[in-house]
Amino acid sequence: MNRAARWLPVAVVAALVLATAFPFYWAVVSSLTPEARLFESPSLLPGELVLDHYRALFDERNFWVPIRNSLVVAGTTTLFCVTVGSLCAYALARLRFRFRGLVLGFILAVTMFPQISIVSPLYLLLRAIGLINTYPGLILPYMTFAMPLTVWLLVGFFRQLPAELEEAAMVDGASRMQAFREVILPLALPGLATTGILTFVYSWNEFLFALSFTLGPERQTVPVAIALFRGQYQVPWGQILAAAVVATAPVAALVLAFQRRIVQGLTAGAVKG
Amino acid sequence: MASVRLEDVHKTYPNGHVAARGLDLSIEDGEFVVLVGPSGCGKSTALRIVAGLETPTEGRVWIGDRDCTEVPAQDRDIAMVFQSYALYPHMTIRDNMGFGLRMRRHDAAQIRERVERVAAALGLEEFLDRKPGQLSGGQRQRVALGRAIVREPQAFLFDEPLSNLDARLRVQTRAELRRMHRRLGATMVYVTHDQEEAMTLGDRVAVLNDGILQQYGAPLDVYRRPANRFVAGFVGSPSMNFFEVELRRGDGGPRLAGDALDRALPPGLAERAGAGPFTLGVRPHDVELSPSPETRDGAPEADARGRVDVVEPLGAATLVHVRLSAAGSTDGPEVRAIVPPERAPAEGAWVDVQVRADGLHLFDQATGRRAG
Amino acid sequence: MADRPGPAAGTAPPRGGAIEAREARLAWGLVLPALATVLLVALFPLAWTVWESLHLHDLRMPWLGRPFVGLGNYAEALGDPRFLQAMGHTLLFTVATVALELGLGLVLALALNRAYRGRGLVRAAVLIPWAIPTVVAALLWRFMFDAEAGIVNAVAMGAGFMDRPFVWFVEAGAAWVPVILSDVWKMTPFVALLLLAGLQNIDASLYEAARIDGASAWRQFRHVTLPLLKPAILVALIFRTLDAFRVFDLIYVLTGGGPGTSTEPIALYTFNSLLQNLRFGYGSALSVLVFLVTFGLALLYIRFLGADLLGGGE
Repeated sequence: MNRAARWLPVAVVAALVLATAFPFYWAVVSSLTPEARLFESPSLLPGELVLDHYRALFDERNFWVPIRNSLVVAGTTTLFCVTVGSLCAYALARLRFRFRGLVLGFILAVTMFPQISIVSPLYLLLRAIGLINTYPGLILPYMTFAMPLTVWLLVGFFRQLPAELEEAAMVDGASRMQAFREVILPLALPGLATTGILTFVYSWNEFLFALSFTLGPERQTVPVAIALFRGQYQVPWGQILAAAVVATAPVAALVLAFQRRIVQGLTAGAVKG
Repeated sequence: MASVRLEDVHKTYPNGHVAARGLDLSIEDGEFVVLVGPSGCGKSTALRIVAGLETPTEGRVWIGDRDCTEVPAQDRDIAMVFQSYALYPHMTIRDNMGFGLRMRRHDAAQIRERVERVAAALGLEEFLDRKPGQLSGGQRQRVALGRAIVREPQAFLFDEPLSNLDARLRVQTRAELRRMHRRLGATMVYVTHDQEEAMTLGDRVAVLNDGILQQYGAPLDVYRRPANRFVAGFVGSPSMNFFEVELRRGDGGPRLAGDALDRALPPGLAERAGAGPFTLGVRPHDVELSPSPETRDGAPEADARGRVDVVEPLGAATLVHVRLSAAGSTDGPEVRAIVPPERAPAEGAWVDVQVRADGLHLFDQATGRRAG
Repeated sequence: MADRPGPAAGTAPPRGGAIEAREARLAWGLVLPALATVLLVALFPLAWTVWESLHLHDLRMPWLGRPFVGLGNYAEALGDPRFLQAMGHTLLFTVATVALELGLGLVLALALNRAYRGRGLVRAAVLIPWAIPTVVAALLWRFMFDAEAGIVNAVAMGAGFMDRPFVWFVEAGAAWVPVILSDVWKMTPFVALLLLAGLQNIDASLYEAARIDGASAWRQFRHVTLPLLKPAILVALIFRTLDAFRVFDLIYVLTGGGPGTSTEPIALYTFNSLLQNLRFGYGSALSVLVFLVTFGLALLYIRFLGADLLGGGE
């Protein structure tokens, strides 16, 4: 019984890793397979490998543009939300004021908003102020999920810091904001980083708003650009998969580098420790 | 240095918990006062109100001549040592100690000079460029002290600073604190739940229970003349024995009887005491034991009689637990006595119990207040 | 002392002194920017949607104007067969994916809890599906289930399960397979990690005590693991249910709601009503219905878990 109990978990985990990795493996292999062979009977092991699709992706389709757009939108959203959100989160975590519970509950509730429910008024609003197909026209709607997410995660991180540190700072002569700047912020840096990473990932992956509020390739983000790839005669799978690989690579790098932090951030707020 | 005064301070928390009821406490300039009491008695709340970390629901706080009730903590010019030390983990010891001065905009040279002077006095020079995580518990505690001393505040506040130290370090640090107080002549307000610490450290001791000040005076006064039953039972170790007795007037004079005990009442005390009924308190140090034969007929001459239950040798003295007997049964209350080791009876032996005349503390049974 | 009027001693409510007032002012100053942003981009549009849902507003027929129709749109929705089907699809998708993800996730969490080596790498590896855009995941699976170029068909034919390539996305029932599989593939690792965190919070000494008491592995699981894992399970359950109910990206890219409308979830139907059929009034009513169901589920969440999360930190 004991031996089975020992290799069974490992087998399950190995199966998990295999099942997780296979679609990527297949995508990478296929993206390196010449166009002609793609629609023949596919085999698990690659034959000849070429870079045609990648070249086409960047030369013909100008894939740099969606990448740039995604970087700008996700980056700006993250920076703004972490800055403004950290102040809000600090107040919610540490300061005493009426309606605090209400504000926190409200922000939590907004994370549950279905995007579809606000897509049309946002569209009309953005069109009215001429922000369709612009960067602000995406960053602003992204606030609906990015800001509550940021605040929510940061409240969790701030709460983990011992309250006595701020009290010591205040008795030492620091005002609340000085205590925040000198004591809390440096200690919360890991939490801020994790929050930033998570917010960036969510913003990068967003699809519905990017689809609805952009009109053409100049402002489309990566998810939208990939989804709308059109070929002349048939679906350009080679390039789509190449784009998928390109879209996945930075995310994979981020995750691999920060996996511990990410898991901590995701589970800290959710599971009571 | 300055005096500290709490004037009719009440504190009720939003969840309804009442932490302080009408506290009136006056601490002289340069005095070392200890607030002591069981958990939840309000001593930490009182300290935090002085610090400015809590605001009283009612009442006022004075530091020196200044009414500081509406003044936020950062402007009160007091220093506090926390139970967990609350050192800033990301700063060096030097920066930790200099933080307060930096917040008050002293110039860099002055900060450096003061920090190094205090660090030298506390033996912390070699740690100045390390971080708190690299120091031991005792060293961190000294840094917390140093951080407070560097500020040269109007008063020092201590929130159970010794609880996290082991027993030996605690006794050592206690002496150091008294030395520090003598050297600095500082006003110090100290909170602890350990009554022994309170008695050894304070110029005056304030005993609190349930948010109410029970007694405020010099340690020996509190020990010798506890103002009520609570203080009597809280201060002194081993704790006081209590008997529920009545005053009986007979031909032989007034007597106290009850709980298997029957003792004559000294005349002076009888006049001051009132009618009773009383709770009689007797410290174990004031109980004398002598051997008693197995059986006894007639009226006993001793105050009480019983059988030795447990004998605990403490070293310099021995603590004896005696089960008193009344009217033949051996199921009376327990009394504890401190006796010299060579005179300790054996477990199971019968003993006569005598209470010294000056060891009688009478408390009104209903109110708990001292009678006479 | 005596000249200050006030309530009787000990019965005074918390006084709003200068220090409290200042703290409250500072707090509001810090909270307002974030709060205002959220109110502007979330609450205001939601209110507009509700307003729109009470009007007839069809951009294809602008001459009709925007008359108030009360609950007319809602009535139409409740009788609209496509709407009811969409609800059915959403329900099917939610139940299937949540059940599979929780079940598999639990198995994985238990396994990850035991397997000590390489945990960090495994964690990273399984996080990647969660971290990539849903669109990319959908495309990967679309490719794998493609009739001609897809590896699924290739393997199935090679193994003898089928003799002709099966066109998954043209058969109504079959299209659900890649849809559900891709969501399970993407989100099960996330669920597993959530549950793993919960598992790791369970004190090991409880298992030891149970073992000494003679409990078998199954009984340990039932009486120690499951009860203590309940909060984590609840969190995973509610996160996944809410996300599954709102599914859009995955199905838009994988099947487009097809074949026909046989895999169309409610979010996609709403999207089509709004931005394809340009029926803003009707689409808004659908939006509100989606919101109400989601919010109802969210309230459940706050009810069961929020009390702990909102209350702490006085």
